[in-house]
Amino acid sequence: MELSGGQIVVQCLKDEGVEYLFGYPGGAVLHLYDAIFHQDDVKHILVRHEQAATHAADAYARATGKPGVVLVTSGPGATNAVTGIATAYLDSIPMVVISGQVPTAVIGSDAFQEVDMVGITRPCVKHNFLVKDVNDIAETMKKAFYVATTGRPGPVVVDIPKDITDPNVIIPYIYPKSVNMRSYSPATKGHPRQIKKAVELILAAQRPVIYSGGGVVLGEGSEELRELTRSLNFPITQTLMGLGAYPATDKQFIGMLGMHGTYEANLAMHESDVILAIGVRFDDRVTGKLAEFCPHSTIIHIDIDPASISKTVKVDVPIVGEVKLVLQQMLEEIKEQNKNASKKALEAWWTRIESWRSINCLEFDRDSEQIKPQAVVEMVYEVTKGNAYVTSDVGQHQMYAAQFYHFDKPRRWINSGGLGTMGFGLPAAIGVKLAHPDEEVVCITGEASIQMCIQELATALQYDTPVKIINLNNRYMGMVRQWQEFNYESRYSQSYMDTLPDFVKLAEAYGHVGMRVDKPEDVMPALEKAFAMKDRTVFIDIITDRTENVYPMIEAGKGHQEMTLRVAPGTPINRELA
Amino acid sequence: MRHIISILIENEAGALSRVSGLFSARGYNIESLTVAPTEDPTLSRMTLVTRGTDEIIEQITKQLNKLLDVVKLIDLAEASHVERELMLVKVRTCKETREEIQRLAGIFRGKIIDVSSNSYVIEMTGPSDKLDAFIATLDEKNIIETVRSGPTGLSRGEKGLHL
Repeated sequence: MELSGGQIVVQCLKDEGVEYLFGYPGGAVLHLYDAIFHQDDVKHILVRHEQAATHAADAYARATGKPGVVLVTSGPGATNAVTGIATAYLDSIPMVVISGQVPTAVIGSDAFQEVDMVGITRPCVKHNFLVKDVNDIAETMKKAFYVATTGRPGPVVVDIPKDITDPNVIIPYIYPKSVNMRSYSPATKGHPRQIKKAVELILAAQRPVIYSGGGVVLGEGSEELRELTRSLNFPITQTLMGLGAYPATDKQFIGMLGMHGTYEANLAMHESDVILAIGVRFDDRVTGKLAEFCPHSTIIHIDIDPASISKTVKVDVPIVGEVKLVLQQMLEEIKEQNKNASKKALEAWWTRIESWRSINCLEFDRDSEQIKPQAVVEMVYEVTKGNAYVTSDVGQHQMYAAQFYHFDKPRRWINSGGLGTMGFGLPAAIGVKLAHPDEEVVCITGEASIQMCIQELATALQYDTPVKIINLNNRYMGMVRQWQEFNYESRYSQSYMDTLPDFVKLAEAYGHVGMRVDKPEDVMPALEKAFAMKDRTVFIDIITDRTENVYPMIEAGKGHQEMTLRVAPGTPINRELA
Repeated sequence: MRHIISILIENEAGALSRVSGLFSARGYNIESLTVAPTEDPTLSRMTLVTRGTDEIIEQITKQLNKLLDVVKLIDLAEASHVERELMLVKVRTCKETREEIQRLAGIFRGKIIDVSSNSYVIEMTGPSDKLDAFIATLDEKNIIETVRSGPTGLSRGEKGLHL
């Protein structure tokens, strides 16, 4: 097959089985767009801003496990994509971003729409390439997909100057079957000696906790995690990124941990003697004050990335490998050692955990005359029977969604955990709906976040991706306001917008259905009505209690044992610890 | 503690900036850095001197290994090794000091490689502290300029850093 550079790029995408390409045209990628015009295997989704292309592709990847693919032009197209690339990088999402570049002859001359894309993205990609020869395109694309999807996944940028895609330069095309990279060999199985050591520790534990994260979702280890947790009868907590890998409705799940985690999860971590950390990275939002993190614990850490091990918290038994394989190895080793964890010790441990659980730390005022955001999430859960794909933006609503939408399956909870990117939710919902057209997709957002990518309502109409947007409208940047209430004596500096749009009219202007709810008793009927409209995008603007806070909360710099609970707002709880 | 990290890296555009970018982004310090192609033209060898606690050095080596351009690395300071640094010093001379400077350079096994009517350029190699000592013996106001390569080194014995 003889093809031009532009055609080769598109053919590579076909050979990779790419279904959707999220992008926005511009000068440097016009040859490429012409190649796209002549085929319809790879469907192009035209967004309204390049940031949204990256979020939609990223969410498509989160919901399917397949890499998300993006195409943007040089200069501003490329820089607009950077936020989304960094978002994917921080959450280890496989993504290939193709950016146009000015012709090779003028690179470095500050040409029109020129930026050093390879330089700009270097700190927020797994790897990036500048293609300088049309003969290198196929191999580079193969490498890009291979690197993005193997090991610890991540975004890869392929920067292609315009002359490389010239339709007049035709060369033979062969897509390589495999790649050989001498400096890249991701880990597979865990070291047997480490597995043995870990299992010995686990079986001897008196107060164990399984702390699992996004790596289990990304590494498809959910089934093994369930089997291991159930066979051991250990309590399990999950990070924001890990939700769904273990079912939230199971009794062994003690809730999310960290800054807005449950009382029982954080205290169990604090008092534990053995922590089995799986696919996590001991993020500061999880650990709180490092010096006080799990003071009595021996820590076992399973991760695909050696650099994650002992990065912030010193690990006692590191196991580097693919989570699925390592968990299988552990299950076998448990059989081999043919011992059980101490039943008596576990019973006592569970009794203690149940006593923490009994304070019901997530409870909120259910008799309020105002709409409570938590109640809305509970109702969304009920209406969707817990089966929806839920995307979110960043802030209080994100925490309410994580706390009150009980995810029982992996890949259903789609949010920007690491970078915390406002504007993620709506384009993400579009990406998920394209991946799963028959599933219910909900975007739980707030009136500040949604405005950061609101233009994507147009994309949702163009590609007929009916999603339900739940706008928890408290007329504040809620999380900013909460921190200002706690730490700045309620000086609400710039956390309030004086002029909010009429979201109902806005939704209608974009061709969707808009609804507004301001009484608690109207929420459920509105949700039922909205979710009954299967083929429409519905924007439900819900006017919630403006002063509501997310509890429990570990304020920045404090330990797990120093949670602030709702029972006495603002008062730290200092319980006697064993 | 001081560590000398020796790195085999793909001889490609941008590889050096990936390494230096990693250090600045993660707040690690680089005391010195030398890099040049090896006998295999597809590879460069980089010698990087840094300081940090054991935990930081462990992170540095892991993060470096994670870079796709980094093929292999060792921390020379972990075992017995030899290291050398090259220095060129340009000193101001006059009738009275010429002989004294020549004698000092001789003691340190330095070579005078350029002579003008009132200056010398002295070439010297050795461990970094020897070069420091030589500088200390010179009268500061006579030093016109110095240039140092930063240390480079190899492990002792028959083992080497290669593919």
